[in-house]
Amino acid sequence: MTRLTTGGLIDRTTVLSFSFDGRPYAGHPGDTLASALLANGVHRVATSVNRGRPRGIMAAGVEEASALVQLEAPFPEPMLSATTIELYEGLVARGLPGRGKLADRPDPARYDAIHAHCDVLVVGAGPAGLMAALTAARAGSRVVLVDEQPMVGGSLLGTRGELSDWTATVLAELTSTPEVLVLSRTTAFGYYDDGFVLALQKRTDHLGAAAPDNAARQRIWRLRAKQVILATGAHERPVVFADNDRPGVMLAQAGRTYLNRYGVLAGNRILVFTTNDSAYVAAVELAEAGAEVTVVDPRTDLAPFWAAECARVGIAVRPGHMVTGTTGEERVTGVHLAAYPSGGASATVHCDLLLVSGGWNPTVHLFSQARGKLEYDAELGAFLPVAGLPGAGVVGVRVTGAAAGTVSLAGCLAGGAAEAVAALRDLGVAAQPVAPPPVGTDRVERAGLVLWTVPVEISLDGSDLSDTRFVDLQRDATVGDVLRAAGAGLRSVEHVKRYTTIGTAHDQGKTSGLIASGIMADALGVDMAALGTTTYRPPYASVSFAALAGRDRGAIFDPVRVTAIHSWHIEHGAQFEDVGQWKRPLCYPRRTAFGGLEDLPAAVARETRAARTGVAMLDASTLGKINVQGVDAGEFLDRIYTNIISTLKPGFVRYAVMCGMDGMILDDGTVMRVSDTEFVLTTTTGNAAKVLDWLEEFAQTEWPDLRVHLTSVTEQWATIPVVGPLSRQVIAAVAPALDVSNEAFGFMTWRSAEIAGIEARICRISFSGELAYEVNVPSWYGIAVWQAVFDAGQPYGITPYGTETMHVLRAEKGYPIIGQDTDGTVTPQDLGMSWVVSKKKLDFVGKRSFSRAENLRPDRKHLVGLLPVDRSVLLAEGAQVIADPDVSQLPVVMLGHVTSSYRSVALGGTFGLALVRSGRDRIGERLFAWQDGEVVPVMVTGPVLYDEEGARRDG
Amino acid sequence: MQLISCPWCGPREEAEYHYGGQAHVAYPHDVGAMSDADWADYLFFRDNPRGPFAERWVHAAGCRRWFNAVRDTGTHEVLAVYRIGEPQPELGTQASR
Ligand SMILES: [Zn+2]
Repeated sequence: MTRLTTGGLIDRTTVLSFSFDGRPYAGHPGDTLASALLANGVHRVATSVNRGRPRGIMAAGVEEASALVQLEAPFPEPMLSATTIELYEGLVARGLPGRGKLADRPDPARYDAIHAHCDVLVVGAGPAGLMAALTAARAGSRVVLVDEQPMVGGSLLGTRGELSDWTATVLAELTSTPEVLVLSRTTAFGYYDDGFVLALQKRTDHLGAAAPDNAARQRIWRLRAKQVILATGAHERPVVFADNDRPGVMLAQAGRTYLNRYGVLAGNRILVFTTNDSAYVAAVELAEAGAEVTVVDPRTDLAPFWAAECARVGIAVRPGHMVTGTTGEERVTGVHLAAYPSGGASATVHCDLLLVSGGWNPTVHLFSQARGKLEYDAELGAFLPVAGLPGAGVVGVRVTGAAAGTVSLAGCLAGGAAEAVAALRDLGVAAQPVAPPPVGTDRVERAGLVLWTVPVEISLDGSDLSDTRFVDLQRDATVGDVLRAAGAGLRSVEHVKRYTTIGTAHDQGKTSGLIASGIMADALGVDMAALGTTTYRPPYASVSFAALAGRDRGAIFDPVRVTAIHSWHIEHGAQFEDVGQWKRPLCYPRRTAFGGLEDLPAAVARETRAARTGVAMLDASTLGKINVQGVDAGEFLDRIYTNIISTLKPGFVRYAVMCGMDGMILDDGTVMRVSDTEFVLTTTTGNAAKVLDWLEEFAQTEWPDLRVHLTSVTEQWATIPVVGPLSRQVIAAVAPALDVSNEAFGFMTWRSAEIAGIEARICRISFSGELAYEVNVPSWYGIAVWQAVFDAGQPYGITPYGTETMHVLRAEKGYPIIGQDTDGTVTPQDLGMSWVVSKKKLDFVGKRSFSRAENLRPDRKHLVGLLPVDRSVLLAEGAQVIADPDVSQLPVVMLGHVTSSYRSVALGGTFGLALVRSGRDRIGERLFAWQDGEVVPVMVTGPVLYDEEGARRDG
Repeated sequence: MQLISCPWCGPREEAEYHYGGQAHVAYPHDVGAMSDADWADYLFFRDNPRGPFAERWVHAAGCRRWFNAVRDTGTHEVLAVYRIGEPQPELGTQASR
């Protein structure tokens, strides 16, 4: 066992059992999976994705790019860093060979999102962040403090309890201040514009199976701040050398954190390879905990304080040396040393843990995402934020503490308070910096040696595939890969990142980004400052899609709209189709004599026959409906539609078409005049919102002088067309007070009448060519009126029909569907509907475009009918229409395409509609449709194939 | 997520808005007398500057009102918002928001 008997922030009185790779282990509350594994002597955790190399734990936090695991219980979750999983009872995990496996069942956990606004958002609850938050809180500001760890303290958590009393006091004060919100286990992962920060809070992950069902497992915080203070700390970076990926090779600060926070001595014979003074404290503390420690430092001028400390605790120091490689398989067993920088005098030293420090990378991700500028600091070997954002946004984004390159603890404490005072000043609040707690003398007083890799032969000739000098462990990307990128001519770090994939996985450049840039700069002989670094992009740490989706899953991912009559359709076996967000009955299949269900063609044949020879009814409630009111409503509609609306009298209905400014058809529908100052328009089902927006735009921007108001009433009305030669009898039965005769109630008029005691608006309009009455009632009564009509229609064999029958009926009559038979390049004239375009009106939207030369061309595509020569062949919608059946000569001249195609009982076979070049001049010609690799001969006809003289509409 | 100020509602998130193209493009007088080329110029051609640009926006998921905004197309910063019918504000060196 490597767990110490005392020390750390773990609760030894409670034992948590867990399993890893099928073996049982024990840990304690406060552990991460990584610390618990190390406490059990497990170093090998995973296997690399491409090279299959054993991989261990390299870090103690979110920068881990090696120890990737899959959680199996309580619910499978792939690709997690062992260092970010808090241990819980019953945890089951296994190491991954680079790739995880998604769960084979839906995640039962709940995820949600919440908005919060604040004056000051502080990201990071280390020394700088706590000082900033406390200063802002005492000034009375609304403060949100987020931190990824379960407890505040940041880097202090890796120390021997330094300032632990102070952090506890600060936390207590913050949490008891009413306007302050402290969010633990919360990672700010993206900075967006104007102080908008997204953060992921892991609320119940650490509870495992004990997580309550009623609490969201993870929550996305959408934080909007007036001022943002980034106290995000720094990530230690390694130095690259051969076989630097072995289990047991770890960042120095991680080794210290495992010791102090988790009470785990991760090795007994420890070699610390450092280029800077910050790792010496780790070395000393580990030696004091009982390990045999050797320090290897390429520098020859050791700091006197640390030289004395090492001597005091018995640490052997090898100045002027470096690590050039390692030995071992499942765990490091030894280290190759050589003189720095010559590489001479090599030797091998045994060890079971190799700690590495190449310096620190300030965590500037969020600042960079905010388009903050970074400048290279050659002394620190790091990109530091330059104060102030370009574009002079109103939201201040400040960086403080180690994230700003501050090295000393005292500096971080003072810096946090100072940045808060500055942020508050920008908000017009005068604040005093809170007094920092007393701290000891800082012993990291000078910058280290900037070293990306131990000296390597620079060769751009291509990489050695046996290269084991890993830059991004998770991607198995090496120094050789970077050099090969340079050799391939890549000069931008952005290109190198994409070419090598370095920094594109969990790491997101935290440890690897700067090293890759550094190797590039050395290889190309250019200045690091000029080469720059890659742009950081959200997310800073991995975020699951489940968290991003939140509650917007399943039925509420996209709203499903149903009509007031929907439950009746379900009860009567309707088969549904999606039309936009609407569920519409496609058909109502009946049981056949053999006990099965009708297929679609059989149901449609039956339903169309009923509409053409008897009576049928449709739920058309999804039609868009817009109420237009105001004294200028008629004038407004005259300007919008191609035909005249203002002359329509109350009680009448008109078919109307609207076009864009370019003269292309936008939508069509009916206009019902309710009174002098009120109209109701219908729109295509899928176009309702678009048409309302279109009308609003004109009402508000082009003609604000017109007194007109627009309201969507789509949901307020249920619409039931009753269709067929027997429809008059049915309407007469349900509306006994209504004179349904053609003389009293003519085509294209509407009447108010009671149906089943409900006041209804009944329109004599037809989308089938048959005698038809469209019944409109308030939605509340939709199902009652539908049932009343259905009951009254029983003696006549009334048949409910769906959208497929509706399409067949309308297509037989050549009525186009906007968006199916048109595509935004079609004018009313192209459809053969010049009659709907007013010659009298001075102007309307689109009028001028009709006389553009392009729109007058005789070879424009026209809407025509197509009859396959073999009337059993169903044309494919979208099939190209061609003149020459010989398709061996390329290019084949395309004349147009099939827009609608159906089987028709009334026409005794298949038919279609098509847009065909000069189509009206080709009526009677034989053309061909190209589908499924065959040419299908078709005859061109006019678009109206049934009842061309319109004899049926009056019954 | 950028904040855009609706002249009627105040600052709201950009997702509540829809874009409506260049503002102050007047509908021509007597379109019947226009040449095809002039009509096409009105119909299809819009300015595309880098820098301040007057645009139409609509607060689609809010009050549903159209308004005009001057936006710096280089930085996305909204420099001014004003109601339909109001003149385009003069922008000094210091942007007003
Ligand atoms: Zn608004």
